[in-house]
Amino acid sequence: MRVRVLLFAGLRERLGTGALEIRVEHAATVADVVAALRSEHPLLDGQPFATALNAAYAGAAVTVQDGDELALIPPVSGG
Amino acid sequence: MAIALVEAPIDVAALTAAGGAESGGLVLFVGRVRGDTGGRRVLRLEYEAYGPMARRELERLEERVRAGFDVHRVDIVHRIGVLALGEVAVAIAVWSKHRAAGFEACRFAIDELKKTVPIWKKEFFEDGAVWVGDRP
Repeated sequence: MRVRVLLFAGLRERLGTGALEIRVEHAATVADVVAALRSEHPLLDGQPFATALNAAYAGAAVTVQDGDELALIPPVSGG
Repeated sequence: MAIALVEAPIDVAALTAAGGAESGGLVLFVGRVRGDTGGRRVLRLEYEAYGPMARRELERLEERVRAGFDVHRVDIVHRIGVLALGEVAVAIAVWSKHRAAGFEACRFAIDELKKTVPIWKKEFFEDGAVWVGDRP
């Protein structure tokens, strides 16, 4: 299945795009998607980020559905 | 208003006129673009947000503040885009019967905003730029 991935701030600049798509197995978890991303995009190595699924923080064990939007959230710095 | 993510300058005066007669106090926090960070001269800031999630997190924060403190009304406005020195990046207005709850709630609101809301700032210096939070 396909998952849309959103990138922001330093990660967006590092990878040169704000959005990309990745294919993962059915019933993949957030951790699986992140692992697939890391193997396709070595530029993510060593970069700290949290994850959000469909605009809400989601941990590594959460299951991802086809068409979901996964955001990589680098350390926030609003205010 | 309650919460907002805006590109236009924040109207702080409007925030100070939103409460009702039940509130004996208004605590207002206004965050501005500071001209230096760690001794380096800052030229301007750029704020970026994950819009839908930032709005959702701001709404959750506003609900948490109203549920956790004895306050009447909470307004939180954050600006995104390029901001010059001295411009207002964030404003939080907390209306309460008494001042103690208002001060506590406002402090909590800005501290939590900085930890949880997906907004990022980039500092521009004379010799480069850096996303805050990316520093080792």
